[in-house]
Formats: sequence, structure tokens, C-alpha cells
Amino acid sequence: MEVSSVRNHANPTLMIRPERGWIPINVRELWQYRELFLTYAKRDIQVRYRQTVIGMGWAVVQPVTTMIVFTLFFGVLGNLPTQDVPAPLFYFSGILPWTLFAETVSRTSNSLINEAGILQKIYFPRLVIPLSSVFSPLVDFVFASLVLASLMIYYQYYPAISLLFLPVFLILEILLALGTGLWLCAINIEYRDVRYIVPFMLQIWMFASPIVYPVTFVPARYQTAYGLINPMAGILEGFKWSLLGVAPPSYLLFASAFIIIVIFVSGVFYFRYRESIFADVI
Amino acid sequence: MAEAVIRVSDLGKRYRLGSYVGDKTLRDSFTRLYTSMIGQFSKRRRPVSTAASDASEQLSPSSAAANKSEYIWALKNISFEIPRGEAVGIIGRNGSGKSTLLKVLSRITAPSEGYAEIRGRVGSLLEVGTGFHPDLTGRENIYLNGAILGMRKSEIEARFRDIVDFAEVGRFLDTPVKRYSSGMYVRLAFAVAAHLEPEILIVDEVLAVGDARFQQKCLGKMGSVANEGRTILFVSHNMNAVRRLCSSVVLLESGRMVEYGPTDQIIGKYLVTSGSGESSTFLLPPGQESAPGRGSFLRVYDEHGTPQSHFFVGERWTIAFEFEITVPLTRAVAAVSLMTIDNIAIVTYLSASKDVPAGKYKVVFHCDIPLSVCEVQLVASLFENDHRYYFESSGMVTIAERVKDSEVHRGPSTGLLASTARPPIESIV
Repeated sequence: MEVSSVRNHANPTLMIRPERGWIPINVRELWQYRELFLTYAKRDIQVRYRQTVIGMGWAVVQPVTTMIVFTLFFGVLGNLPTQDVPAPLFYFSGILPWTLFAETVSRTSNSLINEAGILQKIYFPRLVIPLSSVFSPLVDFVFASLVLASLMIYYQYYPAISLLFLPVFLILEILLALGTGLWLCAINIEYRDVRYIVPFMLQIWMFASPIVYPVTFVPARYQTAYGLINPMAGILEGFKWSLLGVAPPSYLLFASAFIIIVIFVSGVFYFRYRESIFADVI
Repeated sequence: MAEAVIRVSDLGKRYRLGSYVGDKTLRDSFTRLYTSMIGQFSKRRRPVSTAASDASEQLSPSSAAANKSEYIWALKNISFEIPRGEAVGIIGRNGSGKSTLLKVLSRITAPSEGYAEIRGRVGSLLEVGTGFHPDLTGRENIYLNGAILGMRKSEIEARFRDIVDFAEVGRFLDTPVKRYSSGMYVRLAFAVAAHLEPEILIVDEVLAVGDARFQQKCLGKMGSVANEGRTILFVSHNMNAVRRLCSSVVLLESGRMVEYGPTDQIIGKYLVTSGSGESSTFLLPPGQESAPGRGSFLRVYDEHGTPQSHFFVGERWTIAFEFEITVPLTRAVAAVSLMTIDNIAIVTYLSASKDVPAGKYKVVFHCDIPLSVCEVQLVASLFENDHRYYFESSGMVTIAERVKDSEVHRGPSTGLLASTARPPIESIV
């Protein structure tokens, strides 16, 4: 209490006035609400598997099942190339980051709608809601990573120095997921069409991404264009390289990284631009 | 006068009416985007365009007329200042803009014009229990809700025991709140909110929850907050609560500020004006299914037989209760109760008992109880033997102070006046 009141006396007077145009991001305010980020993250994680029997086990069951299906249909029956990597390992190393991405995008895009009551009753920086949606999928990701580690040990794939780059790809992926999610959740406030578009969009996006096939499936001259159109291509390429040591990233990765930054920054600003009407139109 | 902690200047909030609000699809927006692009284009071609804040003013006259009808000003030209440490009530009829004002001041929605200046940490309580998650336990929800309301973890920890004690949910702390009774849920929610200790507290009708005892407890808590020198902004329909808590009141009417002044004076005025123009006939909704009939309506008259629902202190008035029964009743008794807004019965008038065949009936009650300044709800009921069937009307009768009459001065803030005849104060030698 002492701390907070001292802090508050230092606070400049709060001005409430009409908001128009592009609103800058109030980083200081976001920082003041850092505890709320963590509380929200904690709530999502606590609630996620409550009243389920296997709990966190679901974080593992889902990607493993997908991996088995892919191995059977695309590997055994379809006989698609897997860059000389054992099929289960190849698929799983794509499914793992993809699940993180898809889960984050769909949670983020519905996050504001789910908090409609709060949005209309309590003020705090609205960015907290979508941005904190990433934590729960991230926890799932960590659990599912244990499966990947076991598969790597089983197939005797020991990571090379390239593993050190994994955090870079992870951060890029989170930025892409949040950027996409911010756009979608800000639009979702006004147009509930988004709710129906997202699952469907993610499904198509998944098959447009190099998960069941290697990036090299796309002809070399289209690689950069591929990375621009589908930034997940660069991320998945990066993941597979850093984990399995196959084909190092090409220009495709830089194209993807560029688009990711654009999507994230524009997403944040679009969100801020729409923020003032959230409570009125939700 | 102390330093102003809230300064509101020319504040206005405009809403768009009709299809724009609520669910809509992308197609509508493309249409709107198209129209607005055309609008932008024609605007740019205008020779001089002033930087007016209202976009519709810049459109051509015909489209401006069409557009204006789409807007409604929920708030307009609101200006006032609230000094530090003052508890201010905001009153007005439904739709007068009270909640919108609180929403703007608590930053939930942005104003369309004007500004508000706030000094100090604001805590707003527009509803208790927002942010509670049904699957989390009481303990977890205290932390979650506290964080959402803007408390730091250390603050919540410091007040954790107080919150639990206030809410009286100690034993159920580790049970998910979805298994709580609604009373427990509300108590816990209010307890968290009540222990938020901002410099400025904005409260909206939170007291309309819980049983009477808990409401008193909440009001008491708010009173002690006010006594600690914090500034409170309090919206309520409960005039007694406003009277108890607030030293001054802002009266709103259809988005405009009518007056800002001392509580008793403004409430008196509000009660006078809110009575006028309102119906004196109150339809009764169908009662319980088992009821032997239905109440038709209640009519309220003054002593000259003029329909009216607004009276001065000391005036006599009359309630006519009409009802229709479908089965014969033995020893039926019709009744009308006057209740306070907090659902406390003040008085019940009974008819003589009678065996009645099916049909339509009417009972006229003469209200001779001297009520002080208040608002009363009318509840009609029908007795047959041991059964009592209620017909709750939305009827409100307002008793206001007769301002002109120098003999009638302010009564007690609620309840009955012992007598309309007032003995003089005599000096003792």
C-alpha cells in the first residue's frame, strides 16, 4: 500500500478525452499491470485442464495422436519424403510448433469476446487480455517438448549447435501468433464472423505450411515468395533445422521474419486504434 | 473548498443507434466503408473544412440529417468538480446517463467530446464479481479479481484475512466458486472489491445484491471508506443509501446535468420531478400459476380523485386494486402493501373478508399513514384462507417535501412521520 500510494502521488493527472486516430502504446502502463499479465496467465493454466482426468496429459495426447495419424497416412500410405528423418520425428517436430501457433491464434482471437463482461466493467490496458493468451499454449508446448525429446533420444538424433537458435524461432513464432491474434480479436469484437473463420483458416494454413512435407517441396525460385505469403514456413524450417539439423534456413526465413514483424507491429497498432470502441460495440 | 480531484468539463458521449451496435457481419462494414470513402472524397473537395469534432457536421445537409437520427447523446455538456474527500451521489431516472458517466470516468469507454481530469488512483466497481472464474477456488479468485481490479499481489496478501472474514466464506476458501451459493459468491465478490483502497472510488448500484443484512454491511463499509477521506462517486436508485452516504448529489436527466448540490435538496427536487409525467395506473403481471385469478391493476388517486402517483408529505391518497378471479374464493381478503425500495414493508391495508364467486372486483384503500419523504413500491396480494398470492407491480409512489409550505420541514430520512401535526418547540425558563 505504501509503495503504491507513493507511486500514485507521482502519477500525473489522468486526462480522459476523446480518442482518435493512432494511439501510441503506453508501455509504462503495461509495465504497471505486469502482475495482471501473470495472474491471467496463471488463471488460464489453472483452468485449462481442471476437472479432467489426465490433466496436463492432454497437452501430450493431442499432438501425439496427430503425429500417429500423419505417420500412417502421409508417411506409410502416402510415402511422402521426410528429408531422411524418421517419419514420426519429422512430423512431430512440425506438429509441436504448429500446435503452439494454432492454439495461441485461436485463444487470442477469442480472448476479448470471452472477457466481454470485464471489458464493459473494469478498466485496465486491454492489450493484457490477448497478450496473456500465449502463456497457456506455451506450457502445453513445454510438456509436448518432452515427447519430442524422447523421440529424439529414441531415434538417436542429438541436437547440434543449431539448437541454440531455437529461442529465436520460438520468439518469431510467438510474435506471429500474437500479431495474427491481435488483428483477429480486434476484428472479432465487431464482426463475429471471425469466430467461424479462425478454425477453418487454421486448417488451411496448416496444410499450406511445411509440416507433412519438407520446405523443399516448393520450387527454389518460389521459396522467398512462399516465406512472404506464409511466414509459418520460415518458422517451421527454422525449427526443423535447429532440432534435426536438416536444410539450414534460406532467404525464406528472412522473408518470413520481415512479414512477422510487420504483422505484429501493425496488429498492436490496429488493436490500439480500435480499443476505444471495444466496450461500446462488443 | 478542497482541491478538486475530479474535474469534468463539457463531457459528452455519443452512441450510434440501430444496426451499428451489436452483432453484425463484414458485409455491412464494406457497405459502410464504401459510403465513408465517398463521404471523405466529397469532404476533401470542399473549399474550407474546419476541424470540427463531429464528423456528421461536415457532411452535406441531407446526409447530415440522415446521420443525426442515427446518433444519440447519452451524455452532453456535463461539467462539475468534485473536491477531495467528498462522497457524491449520481441520481436520475433510468436512461438518464448515470452509468454512461461512470463508464467514461472509469475509462471503460472514451468520451466523444469534452474531457475529465482525475487526480489519484481510481478504483471502479461497476459490478461485483466481474472477472470471477467459476472453476477457480475462492482463494484463487480473490487473487484474480484483486489483480483485475488493480491491486498488487502484496496488497491482496496484506488484506487477504480481512477479505475472507468480511465475506464469511472461510470454510469454502478452497472450493471452486461455481459450487458457492449465490449469496456466498456475491459476498466474496463484494469483499474483494471493498478492500480495494483507491483514492477515488466509483460505485454503481453494487448494493442491489445480497440480502438486507449484507446490504447494510456493504453500505456501512462504504460509509467508512467515505469517512477515511476518500472520494466516492456513487450511482444508485436507492435514495436512502444516497442520503446516508453522500453529502452532495449530481442529478442527471436524459444525458444532461440538471443540478449539482446538497443531497437533501437535490433528492427532494428529483422526487418532485420524477413523479410528474409518470403513470398512476400500474398493470399487475400475472402472479403465481396456482393463483386463483389475476390482479388487473392498481390505480392511485389524490384526495380529489385525480389520478396521480406523486404526493406531498401529509397528503391523503387512495389506491384502487382491481382483480379478476376465475374460481370462487371463500373468505377472500384483498391487500395492498407499501414497501420501501429495500423491500421492507411499511404498512399493509386489508379489505374486509368475503366469500366471492368468480368475477371482477375492486377494493379502494385510503392511505392515511403519514409517510415522510420517500418512494414506496406497491405490492398487491390476495389471501384465501392460509394462502397469499402476490401481484407485484412496478408501481412507485413518490412522497416529496412540500417546499413552498413553510410549516412542513424535512422529515426523518425514511419511514413514517409520527404525526403531520407538529407541536411547537417551547422554551423552558
